[in-house]
Amino acid sequence: MNNILIKHARIIDPKNKLDEQTDLFISKQKIAGIGKAPVNFKADQTIDANKLWVIPGIVDISARLREPGLEQKANIESETRAAASAGITTLCVPPDTDPVIDEPAVVELILRKAKQAKQSHVYTLGALTAGLKGEFLSEMASLKEAGCLGVSNARHAINNPLILRRAFEYASTHNITVFIEAHDKYLSENGCAHEGAIASRLGLNAIPYAAETAPIAQILELIRDTDIRVHFGRLSCARSIELINEAKACGLKVTADVAAHQLHLTEMDISSFNSQYHVIPPLRTQRDKTALRQGIAEGNINCICSDHQPHEIDAKLAPFPATEPGISGIETLLPLTLKLVEDGALSLSAAIASITCNPASILCLDTGHLAVGQTANLCLIDPNKEWIFNADDMLSHGKNTPFSGWHFKGKVVQTLMEGNTVYGPL
Amino acid sequence: MVNKPTRRTDDLIGQDLWNIQLDDQGQLKHFLTIEGLGTNILNQILDTAESFAGVNESVKKVPLLRGKTIVNLFFEASTRTRTTFELAAKRLSADVLNMNISVSATSKGETLLDTLRNLEAMQTDMFVVRHADSGTAHFIANHVAPHIRVLNAGDGRHAHPTQAMLDMFTIRRNKGADFGKLRVAIVGDIMHSRVARSQIHALNTLNTGEVRVVGPKTLIPKNIESMGVNVFHNLEDGIKDTDVVIMLRLQTERMQGALLPSEQEYFQLYGLTEERFNLAKPDAIVMHPGPINRGVEIESSVADGDRSVILNQVTYGIAVRMAVMSMTLGGNIMGGNITDGNNTTQNQENK
Repeated sequence: MNNILIKHARIIDPKNKLDEQTDLFISKQKIAGIGKAPVNFKADQTIDANKLWVIPGIVDISARLREPGLEQKANIESETRAAASAGITTLCVPPDTDPVIDEPAVVELILRKAKQAKQSHVYTLGALTAGLKGEFLSEMASLKEAGCLGVSNARHAINNPLILRRAFEYASTHNITVFIEAHDKYLSENGCAHEGAIASRLGLNAIPYAAETAPIAQILELIRDTDIRVHFGRLSCARSIELINEAKACGLKVTADVAAHQLHLTEMDISSFNSQYHVIPPLRTQRDKTALRQGIAEGNINCICSDHQPHEIDAKLAPFPATEPGISGIETLLPLTLKLVEDGALSLSAAIASITCNPASILCLDTGHLAVGQTANLCLIDPNKEWIFNADDMLSHGKNTPFSGWHFKGKVVQTLMEGNTVYGPL
Repeated sequence: MVNKPTRRTDDLIGQDLWNIQLDDQGQLKHFLTIEGLGTNILNQILDTAESFAGVNESVKKVPLLRGKTIVNLFFEASTRTRTTFELAAKRLSADVLNMNISVSATSKGETLLDTLRNLEAMQTDMFVVRHADSGTAHFIANHVAPHIRVLNAGDGRHAHPTQAMLDMFTIRRNKGADFGKLRVAIVGDIMHSRVARSQIHALNTLNTGEVRVVGPKTLIPKNIESMGVNVFHNLEDGIKDTDVVIMLRLQTERMQGALLPSEQEYFQLYGLTEERFNLAKPDAIVMHPGPINRGVEIESSVADGDRSVILNQVTYGIAVRMAVMSMTLGGNIMGGNITDGNNTTQNQENK
């Protein structure tokens, strides 16, 4: 089926500053026209989208699919299916798979499996150091050649600042973006909760702000003279935003994202030892949550990601500190982002930009918007649909979510990837 | 049930902890933490313990828990705590099973939950749990069969509520039931101490006049003031004019991880000497949850002195644990006469 007419939808495309009720025409898997039918267009399929929104397919800058190596938790097929159901048409996988994405063969394996699944565009980040061990540089140029959109040491610290500095220089040589999850393992000392009133009360090993801000400050100093793009992912502290703003003011090419759950939860939520709230970086204070929301609203944080980390049931069935951190977040990325609009924290246009064109631009991908000629990756949303999120209904193999039972307004009804319906009525 | 995504506020902290510990009638069901329990429950524990204190002296056993099976589930080594729980259970006529899990199941790869399921299948009635991870007692209470009761015998750095209650019992016996006029200092490694956290909750629930914590910044957790304590970093200031001084044990492994330079310097700054103890009120008592490091946190002459109630604490431990066991497992026993005489009076102990 080649030609699709999406009739009378409210088309919201922040990048192209489009927000109007009109028709969208898809031909040969591409957007062939908006508002005006292309010459000789004859629809094979018509979607009546009156009362629906059309937004660009969502781009998730960090989603762990667990394959290869951790298939007991999830796999590429299951997680991309979940992504499609949540309106996500492009996602990027961090390199901490097993084996680590530090050679082209692993990239090829992931891309091949994703292609077979035909649910979502999957991209990878390569390892910054071999085996993520922080000792030797990875073959970044080969990884880029194999399709990696950037390099990262995921949550594994590089303890030797000289190696870190050289890794930046080498990445910069090859014009590769470095993705950082700032987390100092010494400062966090096996911690599982924010260093503050709640951790003190519950007697949990605490993670101070400095576990995030000290490495960010160090990296910003190291890249001062390097013409490199650095993306800081999963920020949790108000101070991190300040550091990044200072660096931007000095002309450094830095960007940042935040996990959707950090914009809705705080340290208070762990006070009953519920392991579904165990995340790294930890949930911080109300003040940090407010600063992160503000960071998104003011554009100092560029995008929101799912920080998807599906787990098998047993991973969360233990005393709080013994459980594995992470939320299966791919299916709540859009609902939690729309909730920010409902809360008055963000304009609709900024909310959608933060999960479409903004992450796409950080990944240097020409997607996440709806210009004519673009690949038809898009998502239809019923903005008035009120629904209750239920962990049991999740398509992800990981049912680990603290959001079960939450009320949301606005639900994906159909997702198109390359003009094909990957979720919703055919 | 629908969870509106509104955030909890301060007054709701611990609501979940509270709910799971009490039954529909507001009676104690599990004993996991002091946090969230009301003054009435704590006083009920103290009153009940008072009635059992006589059992230890005159009557050998009471048949309250005859036919019940209590499992001491210790994932962490302990001699004294386990022994007093065992004695308490036996004096209530319960059958006791001691499980030292650190050397059995978990080393064979069995999960905590598997271990619980197996013990449940043996028709047990109560788990007394000690574990190195904070939150373990809550985890177990959330996952056991509904008829099983859970007592926390220490979980990580989180809580050790029976120890705190025996400390309250000791204070009440020595200082009377009006905690409002008392100034209490807890000295030492607050950071790693589950005992301190439970003591703070208990003292504040019993409306203690002032609760202080004293120690170097490396051993005082962040925002501890939010638990209702005043923080002191100088021992002399911290114990001045106090009625009760509680010294905490300093684990020798604290020298690793750069928390302290040496035991010698610690003793110089935070060791309780006679001279320093004289800064407290003349009738002040000194307590210690044990085991004592003589010459590290406390001078022998103070530990063994006439204002020390350290050994009384051990004795009272049995009565308090009997109280909690009977309240959670035996239903309401207050009102029945267990021993003849003054079971609910808060008698001052004469020294």
